Formats: sequence, structure tokens, C-alpha cells
Amino acid sequence: MKKSDSLVKGAFSPQKKKRSLPWSGFIFWLVIAIWMIPVAWLILMSVRPSADILGSFEIIPHRFTFDGYRDFILKDMWYKAYLNSLTYSTLNTIFSVTLALPAAYAFSRFSFTGDKHLFFWLLTNRMAPAAVFLLPFYNMYNAVGLFDKTLGVAIAHMLFNVPLAVWILEGFISGIPRQVDETAAIDGYSLPKFFVKIFLPMIRSGIGVTAFFCFMFSWVELLIARTITSTDAKPISAAMTRTVSSAGTDWTLLSTAGVMTIIPGILAIWFVRKYIAKGFALGRV
Amino acid sequence: MKTRNNKAWFLVLPVILVVSFTALIPLMTVANYSLQDVFSPDNRLFVGMKWFYDITNDPLIINAFQRSFQFSIQALLIQIPLGIAIARIMPKSGWKASAALVAVSIPLIIPFNVIGSTWLIFSRKDIGLGGFLLNKLFDFDFTSDPKDGWGLILTVDVWHWTPLVVLLVYAGLRSIPQAYYQAAAIDGASSFAVFRYVELPKLRRVLLIALLLRFMDSFMIYTEPFVITGGGPGDATTFASILLTNIAVGQFDVGRAGAYSLIFFLLIQIMSFIFYTVLTLQDREEETKTK
Repeated sequence: MKKSDSLVKGAFSPQKKKRSLPWSGFIFWLVIAIWMIPVAWLILMSVRPSADILGSFEIIPHRFTFDGYRDFILKDMWYKAYLNSLTYSTLNTIFSVTLALPAAYAFSRFSFTGDKHLFFWLLTNRMAPAAVFLLPFYNMYNAVGLFDKTLGVAIAHMLFNVPLAVWILEGFISGIPRQVDETAAIDGYSLPKFFVKIFLPMIRSGIGVTAFFCFMFSWVELLIARTITSTDAKPISAAMTRTVSSAGTDWTLLSTAGVMTIIPGILAIWFVRKYIAKGFALGRV
Repeated sequence: MKTRNNKAWFLVLPVILVVSFTALIPLMTVANYSLQDVFSPDNRLFVGMKWFYDITNDPLIINAFQRSFQFSIQALLIQIPLGIAIARIMPKSGWKASAALVAVSIPLIIPFNVIGSTWLIFSRKDIGLGGFLLNKLFDFDFTSDPKDGWGLILTVDVWHWTPLVVLLVYAGLRSIPQAYYQAAAIDGASSFAVFRYVELPKLRRVLLIALLLRFMDSFMIYTEPFVITGGGPGDATTFASILLTNIAVGQFDVGRAGAYSLIFFLLIQIMSFIFYTVLTLQDREEETKTK
């Protein structure tokens, strides 16, 4: 397959060039530029005094302030909340992907009683409107001693990330031919050994993409994280609501926190960028 | 095709246990609430199906559901084609591809409340760039005109979530072997034909995931309208989840809210199941053929 691919590619590259629209590259970056305007606005807000933000419309501010960044870094609350969010998002990503891998393998390779219903049921758990579940969540995590612990938030977020991980990974695993499993079995590999030594490296790309989505959904989730924490494990998004005081909203600080929350996400996508570009290369699409 | 083996249950079991713990127990609690009138934790009254009857006859709630449904459909109609279009013209390799991936992902990693407050300032006609520019074209004011409020929330949702569709479709497109394109080029296929007969069939799987995710999340949209319009102007952006939160938190009516969210949950499930069934119809036909 690979060989014939490259042969044909050489022979037909002129046609290939002609096929792509000449303006597509330009249009793409234009779209990205438009898309980035609100992000630029957010960054701009983070360096303007709160009064100025509400006071006047300026594209180039007449005065700047870095109080937001100073407060963000120096004030204990922010620094801790940032670490809390990072901790539970990372824990959640590790848990979700680890648990989802064997399950996705089972859904892809075996048929068993109730498999199709179970597969769809998993996804339905993403569909519960959070608002009313908050009270039961609060009671439940209190009862089992996971209230106000980053571990508790990591577990609570598995509610929506485990089903997602199972669904995406199943697609990748189904792209790997069954013969791989059979050959390994003939060679005397036990299932766990085969899975870790041979199979995991083959679906590295799928794991990378899934990990990014898990991290992202856990990182931006606000309602559940805020409900089952109070002070010790408070997430950054909850700390942000504290920027609203009797004196009004501190828009500078809020925007700064917003800018700072982008950074881990950028790092996460940077780690998996190559996997995404080749991501579903083996996936069943 | 697949090996029949009920021992596979053991591989799935951890997932079922975790999801049951995180989802099923709270769901049962809510189901329990929904049959009671809860005055305080120790003072409750069993009311049977009363709440369900109330809700299915409450025009306020029915309107909110209709609004959410309309919103979801509009969001899907914009985001899916736009996501596909952007993914198709995205750079395919080198540093440009890396830069494009990072740029496209940025809206996804900003917490919802920050997205809300950024757009809130950005769209104000007196102090925001977006509102200021739009006001040059027509009289734009999302705080007083219901149409503008609706349009703004829809724009925010498109801005926020189209990148998810782009990422999924982009990864899906990367998986199509070059040979398919060459075959199409030999046949002299137009760009549209390549899309229709080569790319779209191959993308069915990722589009299913994208469509279901986007449907569920846009139907449940909460934070952005809460921060930006607060459900207004009037009740133009009072979506089902906003009304639900008002009942649950604002009025502290746990029983009623419980019944409401069960109906909510069921509605999303039914519609997702319809999407799922329709979109996997072809898969199953193929499966029966190979069997």
C-alpha cells in the first residue's frame, strides 16, 4: 500500500497541485485572523485598568496596567487554584484514558451480551444537564469523603470524559486489523502482554488525541468542579467568580486569569499536534 | 466477524463501575426527588407524577425546549459545514500545520465563563470592538433587541465550538489514503465531486462523533447565555437549561427541577439515538452483507 502510494504520488503530483484552490491558504489564515479577534480582545482587556475597560472604547489603550498579572502570580489564591485545576485535569486524563483503553478494545474486538446498548448508554451519560445533578453530586462526594479534594473532581469529571474516551479510542482500535491480534496470540503473547507491548504503541496517536480532549473538557468544566470543592481544591474557574465583589467585577484580573488559562491548553495541544495531524491515520473513519 | 466472548465484560466492567458511580447514583437521586415535593431534607411529600404532568403542560417550559431545539439545529447547520470547510483548507504539514492546530484549539481551552465575559464586553456597542463595528452597519444592541441577543449567543457558540468539528474532521481527512485522491484526479473529478464521493463517506465516523457531541452540548448550553444575556432580552435566550437552573437553584424547587431534568435527559437521549441510528444505518447494512 505504502509503496504504490509513493509511486503514484510522484507520477501525478501536477494534477494534485491543480486540484487545490489557489486562495485556500490565504482564506484559511484570514479565517484564523478573524477567529483570533476575541482572543486579542481578551489579552487587551488583561492589560487595561478595569475602569478603562468599562469607561471607553479604545483599540490602542491610553494607559496600561500589569496589576492583573502581578496579582495573579503573587496572590496565593490564584496560584493554588491554578495548580488545583492542573492537578485534577491531569489526573482525570490519566484515569479516563487508562480505564477506557480496555473497554474500547473490548467494544471493538468482541461481541458480548448487550454490547451495542452499553456502547450507546455510555455516551448518554454526557447528556445529563448538570444543574440539577449538582445537589446529588454535593451530597454524594461529601458522603464518600471526596469533597474538596482534587481527586474528587478528577473522578467526577470521568462522568463525561470516560464515555468520550471510549468512543474515540474505539474508532482508532477498530482501524487496526484483527490479524495483528491473531498473529500475536500465535506467537504466544498473553492478552495483557500483547496489549501493552504491541498494541499500545500502535494506537499512540489515538491516545494522544483522546488525552487532549479529556484534558480540555476537564480544564474548562466549571459547574461540577465548583460544586464539590470549597477552599482546598478550588479550581481556577471558581476562583474567577471571586473577582466579582461589592465594588463590581475586576475585569482586568478576570481577563488575566483567562489569558493564563490558555497556556496549559496550548501546551497540551502542542504535545499532541503530530498525533492529531496523523491522528486517525489508523482510525476507522 | 467479531469474536463472541462474554468474558469481554471484564474489560468493560471498570468503565461501567466508574460511570455508574459518577452518573447513575446522582441520576437515581434525581429520579427520587422528581416524585416528591421537597420542603426540607426531613420534610417531603410523595406526589407521584404530579411534576411530570405540570411540566409537560407548562407553556414556559415547552417554549424553552423549543428555543433550545431551534438553537441546536441552527448551531449544527452552521458549525458542521463550516468546520468541514475550514478543516479542508487547513495546512497539512510542517510548522504551518502545527501553528494552525494551536490557533484553532484556542477557543476550546478558555473556560466558559471567561468566554462569556470576553464576549460580553466585546459586543457592547459603547465599549466593545465587535458591538462598535456592527453598530456602523445596523442598529445592534443585544441588551434590548431579542434578535441581536439570539444572534450573539449563536455567534459565540459557533466561535467556541466550530474548532471541535475542525479538529475531528481534520484528523479524519488526514486518514484518507492519497491513492483515493489520485484515482479521483485521473477521473477528472471536480473538487466538489472529490468531497462528495471520496471525503464525505470516509468522514462519516468522525462526523457522527462531532454531530452527537455538538448536538448534546448546544442543547444544554448554559454558561454563555447566563453570563452574556442572562436569558434575555425578554426571554429570547432563556434556553431549557437556564430555566432549569432558575427552578433548581433560584426557586429551590428540587422535586420539580428533578422531573424537569429527567424529561430534559430523555429528550436529548431520544434525539441523539435518532441521529445515531440514522448515521450508522449504512454501517449496519454493510455488516449484514459481509456476514
